[in-house]
Parts: sequence; structure tokens; C-alpha cells
Amino acid sequence: MTQTIETAATGTATTAGARAHAREQHGKTAETMRFVPATSAPARLLAGLPDAASPTWAESLAFGRYTTLALGRGTRLRLTDTAGDACVHTLIYRSGATQERLNVADTVKVPWQAYPAAGHPLLSDAGRLMATIVADTSARHDALTGATTLAGNTAKYGAGTVHSGSPAARELLTLGALKNGLGPRDVAPSLSFFKGITVDPAGSIAFSGSAGPGAVVELLLHMDAVLVLANTAHPLDPRTDFAGTPVDIVAWHAPQDLAALEAGSLAGPLAPEHIQALRNTDHDLAARNAR
Amino acid sequence: MNTALDTKTIPDAGVTALVAGEVVLDELVEARGPWSAVVAAGDVLTIVDLDGNQAVDCLLYAAGDTTVRYSAAATIAAQRSIVLTTGSVLRADTGTPLMTVVADEVGVHDTIGGACSQESNTLRYGQHTREQHACVENFLIEGSRWGLGKRDLVSNINWFMNVPVDPDGALGIVDGLSAPGKRVALRAEVDTLVLVSNCPQINNPCNGFNPTPVRMIVTRPEAAL
Repeated sequence: MTQTIETAATGTATTAGARAHAREQHGKTAETMRFVPATSAPARLLAGLPDAASPTWAESLAFGRYTTLALGRGTRLRLTDTAGDACVHTLIYRSGATQERLNVADTVKVPWQAYPAAGHPLLSDAGRLMATIVADTSARHDALTGATTLAGNTAKYGAGTVHSGSPAARELLTLGALKNGLGPRDVAPSLSFFKGITVDPAGSIAFSGSAGPGAVVELLLHMDAVLVLANTAHPLDPRTDFAGTPVDIVAWHAPQDLAALEAGSLAGPLAPEHIQALRNTDHDLAARNAR
Repeated sequence: MNTALDTKTIPDAGVTALVAGEVVLDELVEARGPWSAVVAAGDVLTIVDLDGNQAVDCLLYAAGDTTVRYSAAATIAAQRSIVLTTGSVLRADTGTPLMTVVADEVGVHDTIGGACSQESNTLRYGQHTREQHACVENFLIEGSRWGLGKRDLVSNINWFMNVPVDPDGALGIVDGLSAPGKRVALRAEVDTLVLVSNCPQINNPCNGFNPTPVRMIVTRPEAAL
């Protein structure tokens, strides 16, 4: 619908003036934002997508902010640590049955591997495959130390609230959960990408930090899922100032990758536990979708 | 976050409160931040617009049963006016009074404009505003500390915000009528959980394009003791 703004209105003292002022802001862009439609994103975000792929999500997420989106099975999600100082705290919930969610304990225990990297399954608390890490040039991730807290960030940086300059990951993840009708008790232990840790033989944890600019991690979703991503400091980041950089996010529909993963041609041969998790997901989907 | 006031640099709470009484709470709400407290029945909450034209988004819940919550519609219908000012009874869905405006130095406060959200900001101001902090974020994160969630958010009050409805039905948030130091005072009729977002909006004039702190003072009048 074409509407004419009354030219007599100036400033924001009248409804007509305020409306004109608001509408003048449409179409602007920011360094960090969600691009809607996703095809309107800058070339940097869309580079390297498969030829036929159409993006379903393109966003540059500022450091200190969160985002959430529901994605369909067969979605491929790429996170790029473009400037090398992102830390993406991640929660995954099953769409429509959010009591099922990422379980980081099973995600390290079941595959016999503490350090998520390419080929690693991300498992739900119901023994099902939620997603697989299908590509990874970072190998600096963390499934063990979880999210920063309001109290922790307040002690370390002077503030940790969402509206502060140094928001805690748990506050941001809680908001993402709340937006999806969930609450603080649903904020399960999270997985973080692009800031790594190591465990020594005595059990001590050391912070290994970033792999540097340009690192990429890609997930393939095995079920419809709600992602909540918070880009904020890692709990063991040794710096006393709150520092970090945006993360670039792009997703596209890649249903053919599901078969490729199972066949071992996408992320290598799947370990037996990974196959069992995939079977459990497929069995559940077959049962749900039986007509 | 609520911050204790440095009383050396600002007027004494007992003097600033619109209704005299024992000061039982005196807190500063940071610019862009949330705030909440239970105001006991009979106590009076004075909200001070320290720097002028700062929208204070506000929801009310019966502290004993948060399913009993502020209803803009019930409030408007009962008083047959969209304007909140002295004498306005702030009612729950059931019609039960939760609080009453007992003093007001502005004369007009809004309850039809709702709260800004990251999502609705994209509709009004464009996609680039989605990531800007918004009142719904404040309501959610602060409400969660009281066990509240998304379903508990309803149409709210906007203290110090000006939303006229023109004769042709046009409505919108326009320049505010408040000024530095202006106050509004609410008496709790029941123990009331007051949930506030000190509005972070920077795309319209509700905060004069510059979010600023506000002060919350709760007094307990002699008669309530």
C-alpha cells in the first residue's frame, strides 16, 4: 500500500511527524544485524554457499548479544569467527517438544571425546542426534565450562546484566529461552564454539582461546530445532576487559547432506554411537510422521 | 540492576517522595535497565523522571498470585479514558484494583502503546534495529527472577510516555510532556509486584532519544503503619 506522509509534519511532536520520522529509518543497515530476507545479506556472509543453496538465515551477531531461530531438519548452519574473537554459547531445543534439548554430558560421553570437532554428534537428552558438526577449522570449542554468569561478570568486568556493556552468557541464553516460552530452568549446560579448553591428565582445565580469524564450524541439523546463540566472553577468558568480536551466521536447506552424512561421505565414517543416535532420531521421526 | 543512591548528590528520598512517610525503598534504575519490587498494600511508590521524558514501562501483578495482573483494557474501561493520571485505578483483568495513581506532576501517561520489542522494532524502524535492547527483554529477564515468563507479559503502562489518539484515529508515540524531576505516585491497594523496564528505545521520542535513569522511592504513610 502506498501512503503519503504529510509534508507539513515536522519533528516528532505530532503523530504524523512521529510516523514520518519512524518510517525514514526503514532500510538502514548496521554492521551487525539479522538480514531479512537472508538473500539481502552482504557477500561476506553468503560467500561459499553451494550453488543451488538459498540462505534461510544470515546474521552478523554482535559480541555481547544473542539470537534465536527455529530451523528445520536438514538445515546446514555455518558459524564464522570472522575477526577471530567470538565465543558462541549454544543451546539447542527440539522444536515443538522443547523438553528435549542438547545434553553436553552425553555429547562428550557417548562419542568418547571431550573436544567437539568435525564429525562430532550433538546429542539430546533422549539419546537422539540433534546435529552433527560436519565441518570445523577451529577445533577450539568447549563442552565443559558452560556459560558466564551475572555474578561472575559483575565481579570480573563490573557488570553482567543484559543491558550492560558486558552481558553474561547465562543472562543472554535465559532471554533466548524465555523468547521461546521457556525459562531459567530450561537453560541447560551450554556448548561454546571458538574458544577452547583443554584438560590435563590431572583433570585441570586450561583455556586455549581462539584459533584465529576466519575459523568456521558447520552443523547439520537432524531434527527441527530451536537454536539459542549468545556471543559473549568465555568463562575462562583471562583478559580483565570484556573483549570480543561478532560472529557471522548463515544457514541453508541441505537435505541431501543427511544421506551423505549417514553414508560417511560428508564427515567421514560415523562411529557406532553416532549411527545409533541417528537411528534413534530417524525412528522417532518415522513414528511421528506415520500416516 | 538496582543501585543504591548516593544521597549526598540528590535530594533526600523523604523530601522527594510525593506522599510523605517512612522511606522503605530508594533505588536508582539504570538507563536501559529493568527493575522490580513488591510494594506492600498501603505503601506508595514514587517514580521520579530524573532527566525528563523517560518512558518507564510498567507491569503490575498481585504479589500473592501473579495470575492476577494489570489489565490496560479493564483500567481504561472502568475510567472511560486512555489517560492515566491522578485518580486512575490500575486494575487487574478481574477488575480488582492493584494500585491507584495518587499524585501526578505530568497529567498524561500512556497505557495503549505497549512495550517495545526487538521484533516489533523491525516493523517500525527496520531490520537493523532487531538487535537493539528493548523493553520486552527487560520484562522477560527481570520477570524470570519472579518465576514469570513470556505468557505473563501483557499490555503495560508507560509512565511519562505520550501517546495521543487524533480525531481521525491516528495514534503514535510523540514528544513527551514530562520534564526533569517530574513525578508520579502509585499507592498499592494489594501487595503488588511492580515490574519495570526503564525503556531503552532510541528510535522514537519516548525517551527524548536518550535513555536516562529514573528513581524509585517507596514510602509508608503514617496511616498505613
